[in-house]
Amino acid sequence: MIGSRRNFVGLGIALLALGLAAPLMPRWLLSLVTIALGQGLVALGLLLLMRAGLVSFGQGLYFATGAYAVGLASERLGLKDAALQVLLGGLAAAAMAAVLGLLLARYRAIFFAMLSLAFSMILYGILVKSAALGSTDGFGVTVHSVFGLDAREGLGRYGVYGLSALSAFAAAVGIDRFLGSYLGRLGPAVRDNELRVEYMGASVHGVVYVNLVLAAGLAGVGGALTALEVGHIDPEMAYWTTSGEFVFVAILSGTSSVAAPFLGAFLLVLLRSYAKQHAPNTWQLVMGATMLAVILFLPEGLWSIFRSRKRRAA
Amino acid sequence: MSAILESRGLTKTFGAVTAARDISVAIEEDTVVGLIGGNGAGKTTFLNLVTGYLKPTSGTVWFDGRDITGVASRRITRMGICRSFQIPQIFESLTTWENLLVGLGIVAMGRKAFVGSHLGSARPEQVADEMLERFHLGAYRDEPASVLPEGMRKLLDIAMALAVKPRILLLDEPTSGVSADEKFALMDLVLTAIRAERVTVLFVEHDMDIVRRYTQRLLAFYDGRVIADGETAEVLANAEVRKLVVGEPAAEEQEGAC
Repeated sequence: MIGSRRNFVGLGIALLALGLAAPLMPRWLLSLVTIALGQGLVALGLLLLMRAGLVSFGQGLYFATGAYAVGLASERLGLKDAALQVLLGGLAAAAMAAVLGLLLARYRAIFFAMLSLAFSMILYGILVKSAALGSTDGFGVTVHSVFGLDAREGLGRYGVYGLSALSAFAAAVGIDRFLGSYLGRLGPAVRDNELRVEYMGASVHGVVYVNLVLAAGLAGVGGALTALEVGHIDPEMAYWTTSGEFVFVAILSGTSSVAAPFLGAFLLVLLRSYAKQHAPNTWQLVMGATMLAVILFLPEGLWSIFRSRKRRAA
Repeated sequence: MSAILESRGLTKTFGAVTAARDISVAIEEDTVVGLIGGNGAGKTTFLNLVTGYLKPTSGTVWFDGRDITGVASRRITRMGICRSFQIPQIFESLTTWENLLVGLGIVAMGRKAFVGSHLGSARPEQVADEMLERFHLGAYRDEPASVLPEGMRKLLDIAMALAVKPRILLLDEPTSGVSADEKFALMDLVLTAIRAERVTVLFVEHDMDIVRRYTQRLLAFYDGRVIADGETAEVLANAEVRKLVVGEPAAEEQEGAC
């Protein structure tokens, strides 16, 4: 059940496991998990939108906004701590959605998907033309400190990983609570029957808007974390193929659990790494076949494996 | 008694079609009023106009002494005018319990915005369970609404309207799609539940037995006009109503026929 104490405990255990596993993992795996957590945050935002019946093909917009906010905070504002940078990334993306959402919240289905895609491509276009931001090359980001710990030595070397794990935990717990709240429950109600929601005294527009802004904030945090982990920012982060990958993760994961997007993102990152390594020219084929298999055999996403087993046991 | 809901000269045209013409009616507080009329007589249009779903071409709607013409249906709901639907408008993928919790949650979130909210200190989750029992829907609590049989869908639809704390409830054909031997039981159940909270009721109905049994006052519509408005027995005896709405030809015509 969403919003239950059991979920909170489960997520707490997952956080603890991520913490304990850190010293045992090789550097490459640590990096992979960090990237997956960042992607998972974006997919978690898509979960919110999908529960409200909306698919956005433009989450790259908020992802890139979060990433560029980190870069600019570090280079221009002198804001050096990664934790603050990530917070700023999330806020910047949410602020962007707070403005665009005024228009976006009026659209549904393919029109919503395409309009969000259009906005992300506008940002892409602007970034490519901005010489001050490195145009197509983007620019590098250095992690100085995380929560005051020097990122080059000791525990600080796990800083971005730890920050990602904490952000993912906080987001998953927060969104789980939100989904169980009266406002959060209106998302699926809007998906099912907008007319009735209005006739129950709530604003459909308002519900969509809140979900949009939350989803953007999550994507911003995801983008910020990715920028810190990769150490580089470029306009590709706003490109539609990046947004498409987030939708891929969201569909792979399903909408029944807040933990699912993180699992889905991890599987995607693993799959992509191996596919690129073993089939450098045809790796997209592997991804496409996986997607097809999930849609055919697990239409409610990976998480339904756990659910159907539980139902059979009961 | 004072009028809780009143329409004055309400007219609605869709292009060349006039769906409502000069409808002036007043519904007194704490009563059960029926509304009859053939297909296309303007019954549902009237409900749509009163609840803000449609904007009238001319005329006004008054609720509790306030002009609410042109106010959005969301706000009208919050004032205390709620409705059920001829074709149940429920949240198909949510469970029966969750369907009720949507409305109760909305009330809980905006306690101040709802006039006459009598949720009190009770938790919405608890109230949802109580309502399910009262509407005999307890057995379907955790089933998705999409699997409910038609009669249960009707009940849920009405319970959902009641969940948002109406002062007047507009029921659009509560017994349509319900089998003949279930309809009285359904109406008993619904009206007992609604009247326990002293909610005023206006219901659209095709079934004259239902109307005769449950209403004190009756409105009859034909071709977008009010052709009769009065005590139920009187309206049902009215020659024009018998001819145009009930469908029984008047006595002299019957003789002339064949």
